Amino acid sequence: MDKHVVVIGGGVAGLECAGRLGRMGHRVTLLEKKESTGGHAARWYQLFPDRRPGSEIADYLHKLANHPNVTIITGLGVESFSRKGEGFHIKTGGVDFIKADVIVVATGFDLFDAAKKEEYGYGIYNNVITSAELEDMFRKGEILTTTGVEPERVGIVHCVGSRDEKTGNCHCSKVCCVTAVKQAIEIREHLPATQVFCFYMDMRMFGPYYEELYRESQEKWNVNFIRGKVSEASENINGRLVVKVEDTLASRPLRMELDMLVLMSGMVMSKSGADLAKRSGLATGKNRFLAGLDHHYGTNKSAIKGVFYAGACIAPMNITDSLSHARGAALEVSDYLKKGIDS
Amino acid sequence: MCMNTTMQTMKETGKKRIWADYQKDIPDDHYFFVRSCIRQTFFPGSEQFFLNFLRSIGKDIYEDPEHTTCTGIGYHGDVVPFDTIMTVVARHFSQATAKGYRNIAISCVTSFGIYSEILETWKHFPETLEKTRESLFRATGREFEVPEYIAHASDIIYKYRDEIAARMKYPLMDQYKGKPLRIVEHIGCHYAKMFPKYGFGGAEFPHVLAGMIEAWGGEVIDYPERRHCCGFGFRHYLVQANRGYSVANAKKKFESMQPYKPDLVIANCPGCTMFMDRWQYTIREMEGTMYGEGGLTGIPVLTYEELAGIVLGNDPWVLGVQYHNVQSDRFMARMGIPFDRDMKFISKEGERLSEPEGLMV
Repeated sequence: MDKHVVVIGGGVAGLECAGRLGRMGHRVTLLEKKESTGGHAARWYQLFPDRRPGSEIADYLHKLANHPNVTIITGLGVESFSRKGEGFHIKTGGVDFIKADVIVVATGFDLFDAAKKEEYGYGIYNNVITSAELEDMFRKGEILTTTGVEPERVGIVHCVGSRDEKTGNCHCSKVCCVTAVKQAIEIREHLPATQVFCFYMDMRMFGPYYEELYRESQEKWNVNFIRGKVSEASENINGRLVVKVEDTLASRPLRMELDMLVLMSGMVMSKSGADLAKRSGLATGKNRFLAGLDHHYGTNKSAIKGVFYAGACIAPMNITDSLSHARGAALEVSDYLKKGIDS
Repeated sequence: MCMNTTMQTMKETGKKRIWADYQKDIPDDHYFFVRSCIRQTFFPGSEQFFLNFLRSIGKDIYEDPEHTTCTGIGYHGDVVPFDTIMTVVARHFSQATAKGYRNIAISCVTSFGIYSEILETWKHFPETLEKTRESLFRATGREFEVPEYIAHASDIIYKYRDEIAARMKYPLMDQYKGKPLRIVEHIGCHYAKMFPKYGFGGAEFPHVLAGMIEAWGGEVIDYPERRHCCGFGFRHYLVQANRGYSVANAKKKFESMQPYKPDLVIANCPGCTMFMDRWQYTIREMEGTMYGEGGLTGIPVLTYEELAGIVLGNDPWVLGVQYHNVQSDRFMARMGIPFDRDMKFISKEGERLSEPEGLMV
């Protein structure tokens, strides 16, 4: 109980790891730079594949982390840390440093800035929105264009900032395909008369019940899936969006008018995580996420003894995998605390 | 009404952010000028205006009489290999080096794209630079320095657009309606689509011509096929069997811009200026379709220098605006520019020249 673990980041992985460590009997402080915890999941209306509200996961995590051994400090970002003896000094945005014996980095991911894919016109054309902004609309219960009308035709672009060498992101963000399927169904549920078109490269339904959701979206909800990348979006004289797509199955170019275009922004290394890594000497991979000690059995460990990783700071993950990875981190930390720095 | 609503709702702040991301340094002075094969042949007044304008504001711009084509048309037509065009361009650089110039001002967008491609190739594959040095030396005994800056001529006019605005005699205003003239800007594909960082405003929402139109009082039209190729496309035009494809691309653009009632098109690429003009004649001959006001007049297509020249009050016939197929008479009348139609085809010596057939007036 005399050892002190600091978890950096209060999203899904950070809360899970802190809660698990607290329950194991360790003293934990969780630092979150924002004013509230819960991370990206807290913003999500419903989760795939079972469509449970995102708030249920947030409730579960807050209950788990609400433990006498766990102190949660929000509104306090971490700038860097450095070795002091067998432990660490953590420099925060506050006045003093925090001492830690172990650090768990759980800085998560940022959503790719869709404005960088200039050809889609995000931030320029009205009614080009991101998947996260569509979740906001679902939570409000209003899916409306900027002129306040329900869209008749909605396009969903997969792989925005993922699997895209031009943006320097070769990785797959994993969750966008199934998010697109889920959001397409939700649009059809909210607006039964609205047509939905998904523009995809490959459908990567890797998780349990994802494939079933994909099938349901076609059989029950008549979502149209078109294999091809959107090359550009523009606006016509009526303010309607016009997209150009190459339909690679039909082997022909396609031009389509839409009322709304939803961009599936991928996951990229969080800026705060990248800054922390740079200032504190943590290794990053080619994908700019934090690099674990071993790709197979050491993904929770960093090259610095006593510093561990939890969740999507090492690679894109869904919530299920983030929770599992955070539990793995808790186990590694507990093991380390028993054996010490020479383990 | 609908059209104005669209214009107002589009988020200008987003464009301004992109424009801010794609800025580049343009040297203030001492340019080595390289001409365009198409421009110096079909509308030479544009290049002459460019030289005259820079010299009128006290800039040094040098033209080497031994400068040649960059062979870009052959390169994109698949008859000139990359090693050859690198050596030809290296010869241009050696001419600039010999005269003490490090800033290249490029008249042609094809050449600009080629210079950009070659400089990037040399940067990423230094062995190709060494090979080019050897090839040039073996063939000509010449040596060269890699230029410090390359700028397209439209970049330089863009740089001085506010100076032009300050001296402007005829702003881009419709004198009859008291409203800004509505202008389509068309950017050559090879200006920034290959290397967005080389273009003002990048590849998707270039600012280089839009900035001139705004500075001179006009309204820029954004229409769905704005980014589409003019249809020249080298092999599309050069291979006769493909010309239908070339015309179809231009038609797609005109159909898309027509509802916005554009008064003028300006382009920064020789091929685009020529084909967006000439294909209007072809489309009329092929199917009877015309664009422009009431579908009757055609839409005039000018170079940015010609536009700069007329807003500054230069004689339009000296600029050579009459040598495009679609005539600009109505456009200039709307600007309030006085001109004498009878003087259109009179030479400097006062001799009456033969009038081109099939002009769209």
